[in-house]
Amino acid sequence: MSGALVEVADLRKRYPGAPVDAVAGISFEVREGEIFGLLGPNGAGKTTTIGTITTRVRPTSGRVVVDGFDVRRDPVAVKRRIAVVPQRSNLDRSLTAVENLAFHAAYFGAGRRERRRRALEMLARMGLEGRADDKVDQYSGGMAQRLMIARALMHEPRLLILDEPTTGLDPQSRLFLWEAMLDLRARGVTLMLTTHDMAEADRLCDRIAIVDHGRVIALDTPRGLRRLLPAEHGVEVVVSGPEPLAVAGAEKVEGAADDDRWHGRVYGELAPGDVADAVRAAGRELVELRRIEGSLEDVFVHLTGRELR
Amino acid sequence: MIRAFLALCERDLYVTVRREPVSFLAQSLLQPLFFLFVFGRVLPEIGAAQGDYGSQLLPGILALTLVLTALQNVALPLVIEFSFTKEIEDRLLAPLPVSWVAVEKLLIATVRGVVGGLLILPLGELILPGGIDLGGASIPVLAAMLVAGALVGACLGLVLGTVVPPNRISVAFGLILTPLIFTGATFYPWEALDSLRWFQVVTLLNPMTYVSEGLRGAITDAPHLATGWIVLGIAAGVAVFGGLGVRGFLRRAVD
Repeated sequence: MSGALVEVADLRKRYPGAPVDAVAGISFEVREGEIFGLLGPNGAGKTTTIGTITTRVRPTSGRVVVDGFDVRRDPVAVKRRIAVVPQRSNLDRSLTAVENLAFHAAYFGAGRRERRRRALEMLARMGLEGRADDKVDQYSGGMAQRLMIARALMHEPRLLILDEPTTGLDPQSRLFLWEAMLDLRARGVTLMLTTHDMAEADRLCDRIAIVDHGRVIALDTPRGLRRLLPAEHGVEVVVSGPEPLAVAGAEKVEGAADDDRWHGRVYGELAPGDVADAVRAAGRELVELRRIEGSLEDVFVHLTGRELR
Repeated sequence: MIRAFLALCERDLYVTVRREPVSFLAQSLLQPLFFLFVFGRVLPEIGAAQGDYGSQLLPGILALTLVLTALQNVALPLVIEFSFTKEIEDRLLAPLPVSWVAVEKLLIATVRGVVGGLLILPLGELILPGGIDLGGASIPVLAAMLVAGALVGACLGLVLGTVVPPNRISVAFGLILTPLIFTGATFYPWEALDSLRWFQVVTLLNPMTYVSEGLRGAITDAPHLATGWIVLGIAAGVAVFGGLGVRGFLRRAVD
């Protein structure tokens, strides 16, 4: 298929001794030049899926192809084309920042002078100039993350894979990373990231696969995913008493009783005030009222019936 | 792929020379130094051993240095890099087959082991009462034994570093190193054990025995295990532990 840099077809992975598949038949493709997101709760199979693309996890069955190379048959060719920014720092602690970059480039065949020049250039691009000769254990979490992105870019990969890139970062570092990722896409790098942060996925990704229990349960643009909601707008409500609440003018009402309360979602062009009126008219007590904004969080809840975290 | 392999070697040598020369030397030389001094100098001095015991001890201490230096230089970094710092990941994603990363570890540890072994010789000259006498030594055999001994140690280290779970590594080190040191024909020629037959047989299971005996053959004219057995013992040690080690490495590297 033209334009696909990564093709994953019916990928399955069961770890030895595990009772269920960590990945239970995932298919998707990542197109050249896009930012592709894998979104889902912890344990959904995101990291395992990424692992098969980076050749670190052997698929139990199915096919994973990167730029025409099968990860099982041609792992070295795949490794030449990808770069990975892991969740946790795996920088070389025996080396300084600039040496981390320079040796990485050396692994990919860069000459001595070339690697140092590129390393310094990349440090400057990631806002780390002046810290080139620091040992990496003196780096803060945000700086380490930036250095790992710099390292990943040293060999000019076609595909940059980021596993939970902003988890645990302060807001400023997070914004910097988001800008950096958008900048990379503008330069033609294809990006793939995993996240359980809806705002992050919404802001960055061109397309998102929502993953749950080792399966892709939806794949679309953020806008397309929002359209999966019965209506883009509605109200989430909790009222006293277990019976469903009737709301005049609602397109759809769904909900469940829980502990002598009814938790419901009322979809339609309704103002929260309309729902509050309906609660009062029914002689019930309003416990909680929230406008559904059509966020990806709401899409996830709608698709799985569960909160994301 | 060759360039990636060489770059990995360059990184390891750079770190050894520029970042940790002192810790490398201390780790590889401190223990043999004390063995040489106490067993080779102090014991004869106080009359607890014969005066020429030192010359019989030297090949064993050399073997111990080769094997343990190489072993520790593979096993300890591997455990740390796989479990705690994850540093190995950047090398596993370098454009070369994963098994080559294991082979690179073996190669560098062998080099470190040989360097440690070579440094023992001048130390022996200083410490032992009679100094050391390499006059009758066969230099090619000695050189081959230095490399072979360090390689055996590196293979043992690869097994230890990949097969033992990280939370047990300190226990495993204690449980494995001590018997390894004391059953490796280190402090006595193998042949002298014939009055303690069962122990003599046990020592044949330790690959270090063949290294000690090989060095004994290379440096001294004392009786030693037959050359054929030495070659076989070392080859078997490298094949078995090297094979297990690379397999263990692949298992840790790829889920």
